[in-house]
Amino acid sequence: MATTYEAIATVTVGSGGAANIEFTSIAADWTDLLLKLSGRTNKAQKQENIQLYFNTSNSNFSFKMLIGDGSAATSYGTTNSQVADVPAATMTANTFGNMEIYIPNYAGSNNKSFSVDSVDEGNQTTVYSYLTAGLWSQTAAITGIKIAPAGANNFVQYSTATLYGIKNS
Amino acid sequence: MPTKLIVDCSTGVTTEVELTAEEIAQREADAAAFAEAKAIEEAEAQAKLAEKEAIAAKLGLTPEELLKLLS
Repeated sequence: MATTYEAIATVTVGSGGAANIEFTSIAADWTDLLLKLSGRTNKAQKQENIQLYFNTSNSNFSFKMLIGDGSAATSYGTTNSQVADVPAATMTANTFGNMEIYIPNYAGSNNKSFSVDSVDEGNQTTVYSYLTAGLWSQTAAITGIKIAPAGANNFVQYSTATLYGIKNS
Repeated sequence: MPTKLIVDCSTGVTTEVELTAEEIAQREADAAAFAEAKAIEEAEAQAKLAEKEAIAAKLGLTPEELLKLLS
């Protein structure tokens, strides 16, 4: 049976934290990419937005976001390259948010649409879930992906990102 | 000095390197631009909410009552 779902690389943040995580030199060997993040930052608030970069650029992005917080749902559009939140320093200790960024046809020559789903985790009343439709209006193949806390903070120790390659056959 | 993790997918090798002065400046600029754009988005959302509340007030309803009426 052909291997259609392959872990390309995984990385875990060490004790010093990390300003960002970059996957570089991504080959065009797969049909789609899937980036999974278990993350938390050291921002002195409960949540922090995560910014997404393709090929080192955070421009030409647009998003439609659906957000639920347990009591209300909101929706809005943005051109900020923010994909979702992860828990930060004042969220319940040792909790991490989950995020998946699915990028179909990442090596093609059309603009790149993608989806993001994520949830915070925290033993408290308000946590957020995100469902995001994203578009990167660039035709270049994606060869690099970077994720970074939006407020110039750091991912904390044990934050983990894994990039998967998915083939259609 | 902040560091970043770089995963070279062609080799599987992960390296931790310190940000350069230019990268730190860019990171600060990105954060400032993000904060500014976020503030504009939030101000626009607040303006829309205020507009809805004004309409509801004209009708003698709370925004929640207006929402129920329209749902």
